[in-house]
Amino acid sequence: MIGQHLPVLQIIVPLIAAPLCILLHRRSPVIGFTILVCWLTFGASLMLLERVLAEGSIVYEMGGWAAPWGIEYRVDALSAFVLVFVSAIGAIVMTYAPRSLVSEIPEARHYLFCSVYLLCLTGLLGIAITGDLFNLFVFLEISALSSYVLIAMGGDRRSLPAAFQYLVMGTIGATFILIGIGLMYMTTGTLNMADMAARLPTSGVRTVLVAFGFLTVGISLKMALFPLHVWLPNAYAYAPSVVTAFLAATATKVSVYIFLRFVFSVFGSEFVFGARALDAILMPLSIAGIFVASTVAIFQTDIKRMLAYSSVAQIGYMTLGISFASVTGLTAGIVHLFNHALMKGGLFMAMGCIMFSLHSVQLEDMRGLGRRMPLTMMAWVIGGLGLIGVPLTVGFVSKWYLIEAALERDWWWVAALLLASSLLALAYVWRVVETAYFREPLDHDGEVREAPLSMLVPTWILIGATIVFGVMTTRSAGVARLAAEVLLGGAP
Amino acid sequence: MIDTLIGSYNYWIVIFLMMTGFYIVISRGNLIKKVIGLNIFQTSVFLLYVSIGKIRGGTAPIMSDDFTLYSNPLPGVLILTAIVVGVATTAVALALVVRIREAYETIEEDEIYGQDSA
Repeated sequence: MIGQHLPVLQIIVPLIAAPLCILLHRRSPVIGFTILVCWLTFGASLMLLERVLAEGSIVYEMGGWAAPWGIEYRVDALSAFVLVFVSAIGAIVMTYAPRSLVSEIPEARHYLFCSVYLLCLTGLLGIAITGDLFNLFVFLEISALSSYVLIAMGGDRRSLPAAFQYLVMGTIGATFILIGIGLMYMTTGTLNMADMAARLPTSGVRTVLVAFGFLTVGISLKMALFPLHVWLPNAYAYAPSVVTAFLAATATKVSVYIFLRFVFSVFGSEFVFGARALDAILMPLSIAGIFVASTVAIFQTDIKRMLAYSSVAQIGYMTLGISFASVTGLTAGIVHLFNHALMKGGLFMAMGCIMFSLHSVQLEDMRGLGRRMPLTMMAWVIGGLGLIGVPLTVGFVSKWYLIEAALERDWWWVAALLLASSLLALAYVWRVVETAYFREPLDHDGEVREAPLSMLVPTWILIGATIVFGVMTTRSAGVARLAAEVLLGGAP
Repeated sequence: MIDTLIGSYNYWIVIFLMMTGFYIVISRGNLIKKVIGLNIFQTSVFLLYVSIGKIRGGTAPIMSDDFTLYSNPLPGVLILTAIVVGVATTAVALALVVRIREAYETIEEDEIYGQDSA
């Protein structure tokens, strides 16, 4: 019987667990409880994915009220895919968190951290599962508000202005989305995505055009599409390591999911790419983002900041894939959501290990670290190879699909630019490799030791996954292709 | 022409407030003023939603033979939720401003960034 209610359990369990964390209050039970909840959520999303792959989309009516009057949860291949990787990252990062938290957040606040972490997870999962536009806005704000709090939790005072800047830009983005939803409600009188897609007048209604404009800008702010990315580098660089690993792997990806939903399930690709030619804007911005952000990354001395700029570039790859508006391009974009979540999650977790042992993430301090922390640096290097797109890593799979999509359209220059951009990634990854392996270690770091196993094992699970899914691509890319076909095939 | 200009005066108010709030957020360096600007910006959207639901002469949706014309209650309900979200955002923003003031002794944006780059 419980299987029938899986879609709602997915959201309710972490949502109810969040206030329970505050009631429990004592550190070790709270952390144990949070880890348990995260893994339960992951289990639920895996079961949902299995069911969606076997039986097709699942529709769950909230409280038994049929859509479009009630709120419905709708799980199709894309939703299930996003649910699985967000909850997987949530569970793995939380397993990694206890030791890392001790060194970065005062122990008296750990129960608050767990509570906010679960709320953020709830918001992100809710966005992926809901079929109702206003519900989507509410979940968006739940995840956004809790991520501002998470970022500001660290000891570094620079995280405070970073969180404030993120709050201002995030709220503007969310309010733009709210305006867009309002205007669309004005035209169609419904908030249900599938219902709206059926009723939306496709040609010549100015209200719909304005709504589309507001939504595009609002979502682009949220997913840090170049040049609306300015909030991201500081927020990721100064947040606690655990928070950076979690948000970098999930938050912007879920925003890309919102974009996909609006473009393909509500407006329809015909309207967006045919009539309105969004690809003519999206593609140059994506390519500019890839090049500018990768170049800026090369000149960073704070490695967390460098990886944050690299994230902006990677968002460019995803939107580039979407802008092709073909099944191959969309597959590339969707599979890169997953692949980048694995790589960046793993890399930022490795940075957390370095922060734990070295108390610094500056490039200068990482001299000779390859000998002091061999396992951590090895994980970092494999993650870095993924960013470059070396064969046998997941990064290669994404780039392969992207180049295939570019060649399908005979845009060989896009393919050439993609290859050139990999060289920029090589440059910033190599700087770290050179410093860590080919420079003499600092004298006084005799006590710098390998990070504890409870942090190394989760890091290696993610890094290992980048190899596993880089070699056996049928599973991840197969689901991504299915999701792309569903999206281009029309309603969810 | 004049009719549409005056007839949709509520939308002009919405646009005016929206631009005012947006301008304050962008142009002011004082963090409290930014929060106020953000509030005005959000409030304009609340008004937009309320305007959508209103029908001239319409009443609240009550089952009665005396009334035939109803206003749509849904936008009002939606915006109650959005107001709560707005209050939460303001609370988090103000809490951050307090902590910024404790850490930096100022709430002027350029002075904050000046302290960190120095």
